[in-house]
Amino acid sequence: MMTRIFAAAALALGLSAAASAAEGNAHAPEKHEWSHSGPFGTYDDHAVQRGFQIYQEVCSSCHSMDLMRFRNLGQRGGPFESEQFPNPNDNLVVMQIASGYEVQDGPNEDGDMFMRTALPSDAFPGPFDNEQQARASNGGAYPPDLSLIVKARSGGADYIRSLLLGYEEAPHDAHLSPGQYYNAYFEGGAIAMAPPLSEGIVTYADGTEATVEQMAEDVVTFLTWAGDPHMETRKQMGAMVLIFLFFFAILVYLAYRQVWANVKH
Amino acid sequence: MSGPSTYKPSTGIEKWLDSRLPIIRLGYDSFVDFPTPRNLNYWWTFGGILAVFLMIQIISGIVLAMHYVAHEDYAFDSVQRITRDVPFGWLIQSMHANGASFFFVAVYLHMFRGLYYGSYKAPREILWILGVVIYLLMMATAFMGYVLPWGQMSYWGAMVITNLIGALPFVGDAIREWLWGGFSVGQATLNRFFSLHYLLPFVIAGVVGLHIWALHVPGNGNPAGLEIKDPKKDALPFHPYYTVKDGFAIIVYLMVFATFVFYMPGVLGHADNYIEANPLSTPAHIVPEWYFLPFYAILRAVTFDIGPIDAKLGGVLAMFGAIAILFVLPWLDTSKVRSMRYRPLTRWFFIFFVIAALGLGWCGAKNPDDPVPLLGFKFVYLAQFLTLYYFAYFLVILPVLGIIEKPKDRPASIEASVLGNDKS
Repeated sequence: MMTRIFAAAALALGLSAAASAAEGNAHAPEKHEWSHSGPFGTYDDHAVQRGFQIYQEVCSSCHSMDLMRFRNLGQRGGPFESEQFPNPNDNLVVMQIASGYEVQDGPNEDGDMFMRTALPSDAFPGPFDNEQQARASNGGAYPPDLSLIVKARSGGADYIRSLLLGYEEAPHDAHLSPGQYYNAYFEGGAIAMAPPLSEGIVTYADGTEATVEQMAEDVVTFLTWAGDPHMETRKQMGAMVLIFLFFFAILVYLAYRQVWANVKH
Repeated sequence: MSGPSTYKPSTGIEKWLDSRLPIIRLGYDSFVDFPTPRNLNYWWTFGGILAVFLMIQIISGIVLAMHYVAHEDYAFDSVQRITRDVPFGWLIQSMHANGASFFFVAVYLHMFRGLYYGSYKAPREILWILGVVIYLLMMATAFMGYVLPWGQMSYWGAMVITNLIGALPFVGDAIREWLWGGFSVGQATLNRFFSLHYLLPFVIAGVVGLHIWALHVPGNGNPAGLEIKDPKKDALPFHPYYTVKDGFAIIVYLMVFATFVFYMPGVLGHADNYIEANPLSTPAHIVPEWYFLPFYAILRAVTFDIGPIDAKLGGVLAMFGAIAILFVLPWLDTSKVRSMRYRPLTRWFFIFFVIAALGLGWCGAKNPDDPVPLLGFKFVYLAQFLTLYYFAYFLVILPVLGIIEKPKDRPASIEASVLGNDKS
């Protein structure tokens, strides 16, 4: 109520501070240093691997990643890339990960659909058959697909990390429906996703201590990679293109000076 | 401008061809020997830059069309497949999406160049009008291209813009349905937008041909605003003087372009467009691409009814009027002096016009009811003030100043303007 009165007063006075009060008051995401930010940043492969483990063991019980194929994990720039297997479909780690899943295939000669072990070329199987089933299992909320989640939210990786770490005790004036939680970084504050990360919810294969901060950083690194898997190739090629254009520009500029040397203009 | 052709076919094949189809002669006269004013500055390089970007867009677009699926269920995923699985697809998609923005940056600089140096004045009215036609075609092409990835902003942007047509009295609803191919933006709309998005760039290329033809009859304008009197003193052959100067500018522009393509491929886009189109969920703020923002601001600036015209129709008319007015600009500016170098008063109004255009872009990106930082009043009022200035510039300022302004002394010739001013 006080906020409302203040907002109204601020609007009346024409203060620009009123903008955030009128727009909704989600906190601005907290800035974080990522290994992949900046023009020379690369993905921390170990973080992407650990993040994939978090996705498998935690996120994937509600969230799909429809655009991902198991082979992506072993492709160039992927977390399990291996020089031994230039074709990611042959990558033993990827094959082993895929073999942990069952997917539907068919129809066979008898016209029946059947289940088989997943191959590296298969998509990550989603937790639900359709949106209605997903909503029915989540109190009416629809857990978004995570393939592009970092690109699809303004604030990107910083926003997702802040959201994962941003659960707190609801202020007494917040209106939460049953099954909703309070998160200051979420627009409106009321979010249907339960706090997904808690101390030791996974045991990392590489022995890293699974603190909540560590898990949030790892899973967001994985999701950033999933949304932009060719980032490293892109930046490397960009450097070559810019160096080439830079020297080309110098050459053409010298040619320009030469051609125009005796012409006043 | 082109005098008698100086092309001399040197080989047997050239002579044979020249008496049948003198296409080499045409190229030679237009792009090698063409007499070009010797005083052109770097603002004149954007024509060449635009030609390069038209080619970049057409070539990258043809490759994208080989992989794109124009279907409401598959379009979004097919664009993702291009960036993930098609070899170098991430590069081609990024070039095409950012290329559109860089195309518009160049066209806006090219147009401001024309406004400042009076490039639209006699005998170049047709040249200017053809340029405005190209600009309109570019806007239509870019708008339909933005719909194709079928993200949330694609869908809702298409919805907002096509709904504007519905504001027209009597025929609006019928035309809108005809454009949609149904009762809403849907499969039919997506498919026809794809078809037209592929067609229009070639129409643009054709009009660019006319634009260059209309350029080569009177020849280039120039910063002094004078015509070439003696080609030996005032002009230089296009090649090598301007091929090398344009070439340098093109490479520098490509460096800026490459920085976006490789290091900030998504920075000009909107996060919501990475969410697949959903007719049941409207985004909180629907904003068009940045290059439409000034016109979006003009559209939303009309918040009041004008006689029988309601606010919505008024906004639509103002928006289209803002572009239509460019067609008659050559007859609105009453000054005989082309270049604003010699128009001490008008150049200040021009500078404020540029600020107004940028300010309208800012207003277009903001919520109209939010207060303007430092000024305190709502953005919609700023947009209304700037819209008023935008129209006043063409309808009042240019016609009146041309009559009352006392221009500065102009040099006698292009050569004199170069020799008299020793700054180069």
